[in-house]
Amino acid sequence: MGKLYKFLKYFFITFWAVFVVAPFLWALTTSFKDFNSVNGGATYIPWVDFEPKLEGWRVLIKSPANGGVDIIEPYFNSLFVTCTASLISIVLGTLSAYALSRFTFKAGFVKNNDITFFFISQRIMPPIVLSIPFFLFLGAINLLDSLIGLIVVYIVLLMPIAVWIMVDFFNKVPREIDETALIDGCNPYQAFFKVVLPNSIPGLIVAGMFCIIFGWIDFFFAFILTFTEVQLLPVKIVALNSSITPWWSLSASALVSVAPLIIVAFIVERYLSKGNLSGAIK
Amino acid sequence: MNFKQKYVFLFPGLFVLIGILIFPIIFVVRLSLSGWNSYNGLNFIGLENYIRLFTDDPRFWESFFRLSFLSVTTVILQYVIGFALAHMVWKDIKFQRFFRVLFLIPMMTTPVIMTVIWRTFFHESLGPVNDILSNFGMSPKWLTDPVLAKVTVIIVEVWQWTPFMFLLLLAGLLSLPKEPFLAAAIDGASPVRKFLYVTFPLMAPISIGAIIIRLIEASKIMDTVYVLTSGGPGTSTETSSFYIFIKGLREFQMGYAASMSFTYLIIMIISLTVIAKVLTKLMLKD
Repeated sequence: MGKLYKFLKYFFITFWAVFVVAPFLWALTTSFKDFNSVNGGATYIPWVDFEPKLEGWRVLIKSPANGGVDIIEPYFNSLFVTCTASLISIVLGTLSAYALSRFTFKAGFVKNNDITFFFISQRIMPPIVLSIPFFLFLGAINLLDSLIGLIVVYIVLLMPIAVWIMVDFFNKVPREIDETALIDGCNPYQAFFKVVLPNSIPGLIVAGMFCIIFGWIDFFFAFILTFTEVQLLPVKIVALNSSITPWWSLSASALVSVAPLIIVAFIVERYLSKGNLSGAIK
Repeated sequence: MNFKQKYVFLFPGLFVLIGILIFPIIFVVRLSLSGWNSYNGLNFIGLENYIRLFTDDPRFWESFFRLSFLSVTTVILQYVIGFALAHMVWKDIKFQRFFRVLFLIPMMTTPVIMTVIWRTFFHESLGPVNDILSNFGMSPKWLTDPVLAKVTVIIVEVWQWTPFMFLLLLAGLLSLPKEPFLAAAIDGASPVRKFLYVTFPLMAPISIGAIIIRLIEASKIMDTVYVLTSGGPGTSTETSSFYIFIKGLREFQMGYAASMSFTYLIIMIISLTVIAKVLTKLMLKD
């Protein structure tokens, strides 16, 4: 039993690891190819199967007039929209989460859990349902095709995540901490900002990571609500894909675009192993 | 605790969210009862859109069943694989942290951008998959065959989102109490029995949560499909969102698209609630 299980375990893990890595490796090799080594059928190993060229990577920094892919501006747009929307969502979400975790609310039949559920349930909303009214509304107030319009929409996507993670986190921060602070003469704001918040940094980081992930990877809203003035990274790459961009520059741009968030995987793993993510979904 | 200040904490977030959402939602309902064109705006036509949807549009319902099939299949696969992986890197494994990080990476990458790469990966004559398969005399049409195109979508979705399932389940496994496992060890339970009678039941609530979360996200499948196959060949990979998108924002039948998206939202809420109830009953019956 033991040996067979161990063999199967390592076999399956190796298999999955190869599957996970495969598209990245393929993109990496493709990014060093040129016309002949792409169009002659699949090739894999540089120097053996094909002569590596740097053309795919050079187009990243060239200006569009010289045949560059022009992803630098979309890159910063994406970064700006993701970070701003995440920050706003975290600030507002954390405040609401603290209120829902510590105080009792009651308005008719609506209680704390219902309010929490209202926040989280916004994730159920299919993006397409909101996209049509957002498209018309943002058009009406001239925010279509602008960064601010996107940030407003992204807050709806990200705040539920922030509330979800932070409510759970605050529930695990002992109440005695705030109570002691209040007895020592703090008002509720001071108790929150000076005592509870410094003890919640792991939760804030995890919530921040998730907001950044789900903001950075969104394509749908950026695709529908922006056209030419403002372009976010995913939309730009897909546009490259539908024009006749050669595979090598496409692969290089794709790799550069997905690279930054891979660092997030390391951070998430660290907090996961420390047990800071547990219970978030119970 | 109870303070007047509690509202200062709750309201900014709550009102921003409601403020952004309330008008779009009311507007979708209003729009769904209207014909719409850019010259004279909305004109009220009652339930006409809904009548058309329920009596005269098999394409919407086909896309909905296709979506259900795709999302349920991918979520089941993600759950089984994600659980297996999480259980395997839970303890007693070399390079534990390396594998944990590696298995998380796909969910950090932008789906549409990876799909662009997957397209070249599954390319019929120039991609590596068919290059390897051609040694065995096969050259499947991954993106242009109606059945295989669905398989390709499923493969890409499983690659992309199994990590999320893995993350939720591993977080769950790491938070389990130690005592039941000690008791099982003292009783000399075999690994299989330990899994069936200790680990799995303890993980049931977390499993339900993870499956529901993934079903919610999977029911939005659209951008992968858009880039991979554009709903094709024909309509064989078209999902509800994608069909509504075509009607609303490509053909500009806004009113009709609004009635479809409202119907779709209601169906989603009802079916997810039912699924959650059924899963809870099935997995927590002991």
